[in-house]
Amino acid sequence: MTGVFRYAGQALAYLGFALLLGYFASAPAYTYRPADRAEVKLSFSHGGERKGGCRPLTPAEIAKLPPNMRRSQACPRERVPLVIEMDVGGQLAHREVLPPSGLSGDGPSRAYRRFQLPPGEHRLALRLRDSERRDGFDYESSFTVALRPRQNLVIDFRAEAGGFVIR
Amino acid sequence: MQSIKRPLRLAFAVTERVFDRAFGPAWNPLHNLGALGFFYYWIVAVSGIYLYIGFDTGVERVYASIERLTHAQWYLGGVMRSLHRYASDALVAMALLHLLREFSFDRMRGVRWFSWLTGVPILWLVYASGVSGYWLVWDELAQYIALTTSEWLDALPFFGEPIARNFLAPNSLDDRFFTLLIFMHIAIPLILLFILWVHLQRLSKPRINPPRGLAIGTLAMMLALSLVHPAVSQPPADLAKVPGDVGLDWFYLAAYPLFDHLSYAWVWGLAGVLTVGLAALPWLPPLRRPRAAVVDLEHCNGCGRCVQDCPYAAVAMVPRSDGQPFAQQAVVDAALCVGCGICMAACPPSMPFRRIAELATGIDVPDASLNDLRERTHAAAERLSVSPRVLVFGCDCSVDMAALANESVAGVSLPCIGALPPSFVDYVLSRGLADGVFLTGGSEGACVNRLGIQWTELRMDGERDPRLRDRVPRERMARRWAARHEATSLAGEIAAFRAQLATLPAIRPPAPAQPADIRETVA
Repeated sequence: MTGVFRYAGQALAYLGFALLLGYFASAPAYTYRPADRAEVKLSFSHGGERKGGCRPLTPAEIAKLPPNMRRSQACPRERVPLVIEMDVGGQLAHREVLPPSGLSGDGPSRAYRRFQLPPGEHRLALRLRDSERRDGFDYESSFTVALRPRQNLVIDFRAEAGGFVIR
Repeated sequence: MQSIKRPLRLAFAVTERVFDRAFGPAWNPLHNLGALGFFYYWIVAVSGIYLYIGFDTGVERVYASIERLTHAQWYLGGVMRSLHRYASDALVAMALLHLLREFSFDRMRGVRWFSWLTGVPILWLVYASGVSGYWLVWDELAQYIALTTSEWLDALPFFGEPIARNFLAPNSLDDRFFTLLIFMHIAIPLILLFILWVHLQRLSKPRINPPRGLAIGTLAMMLALSLVHPAVSQPPADLAKVPGDVGLDWFYLAAYPLFDHLSYAWVWGLAGVLTVGLAALPWLPPLRRPRAAVVDLEHCNGCGRCVQDCPYAAVAMVPRSDGQPFAQQAVVDAALCVGCGICMAACPPSMPFRRIAELATGIDVPDASLNDLRERTHAAAERLSVSPRVLVFGCDCSVDMAALANESVAGVSLPCIGALPPSFVDYVLSRGLADGVFLTGGSEGACVNRLGIQWTELRMDGERDPRLRDRVPRERMARRWAARHEATSLAGEIAAFRAQLATLPAIRPPAPAQPADIRETVA
């Protein structure tokens, strides 16, 4: 192959590689979520009550403990699982039992769920049980939200704020 | 497995031949995939250092700082950013091609498992480096990557607070996040560099720099691409909104759409199976390894040529143990030896002229010994009946010698053409075993045993020990490095060589072998 053709061949190879890099570095586009949808995220971290409840320690039991570890109550480590329900427009959209985290089941339960909804007005009702009760819920909230296309609506739970909050 | 490898090997061989014509064997990009990968790594590192200087880790300022670099300082910051991106993409392309090529040519089995296995974490680290980099831009693509990656990581059972909760709402992130991220984006490539060093540990003379011409060419291409089509950000991230259409970098993010079609647990399972499967390939199925080279101290003078020529760092010199008056002796690490025979050809006593019943040398390979080579050379020469007679020395990885054979052409196949001591060419011609000697092997720059062709070229050209003696008539020698599928064109070149030999004076035919004809030659 003569010098000119060799250089032309090299130029062609470089051009081909440049086109490959230039194009696939940002194209074709990928549609993660369609423009006519909105997303509701239900996410929180909350610890349920201790299983079995706490028991007051007797003075003798307290005296047996090392001075720096004395406390008035003995509490079991394990927590109860949370029960969460969410209605959308009066219909049950999600129900889940969230086990406590940790090897001993003594950590908070955690939730991270996504729901795609069409834009517009929606009535959301949320219920959470974090105690040993068998029926009913410890926290209930409902919201009417007007979702815009591609809006990301976050529902968190903060016991200290009284329950579910929209962020 | 061979049904996958064979078409791949053919595709590479054909493409390499095309590239050989444009670039020449030395500059052929397909012969320099690993070296090009290193080169792109350094481009990424240098451009990354520049970008880091102008990068602001504040959540509200990170996007603006990159925009400033890209647009207000397009001639330097913008070019650096584009180089950073395109070189990263090219690095992925080189890594994947390198992997495919080594797989197709079976260069990951036997003792080469180490380089293959250490290459697997390299792939993960390359991807982790790239993904963490895209995250830093904090545009809609970064938001998409942040959400998807963190949700994927959260599917593992050992994270406490879900990482994805950091990206719930606009006020979820704080400035420390990008400080942590940039730390990761620097630390991961540094770990990558360390593993790259480990990756090369069992290779001698690894090629980590591409030829200068190829380096200049590819850098010029990247600069031109950076100016013509600069890398830019997508709209800024907004956690109050869900990303819609995102322009993916398919070199790094091709697997991300899977997250929308498979559960995260499935993607983890798939990634795990692929990783383990990739890591296990050298043993699927286990390779029947040729026996390792053996040192014969009676013939080893401790010159060290075998150490210099071994492509796998399988031979080392140690203090002499047998009382002979030499300082050192060679020892072979059988775990690293592939039995290619390159060391045998480098050993000074590897001379076919020597007058001993069982030809022996300082270091030899039991499955293709020096003595066996001489016997096979004689046997091949005896099959030649029509002048001009051509004896072809080839390698097991190249064209099948049987496909070339006829009454005037006979072949001797070696584990590697680098296992041919140059004195054999002298021997064949001076003994009249053939009228010409033709050397062949795998494509130039694509030697299965890395250095076999290179060492053969240098030895035959008198530039590396052991050198071909001056008395050998060069016009009776020819060589052509040909891939396995090039039997037809190779036969054509041998025919042309025969035509050239026909114009030369006749060489005397071989005399019946007499012990007196064989003289002892001092190495």
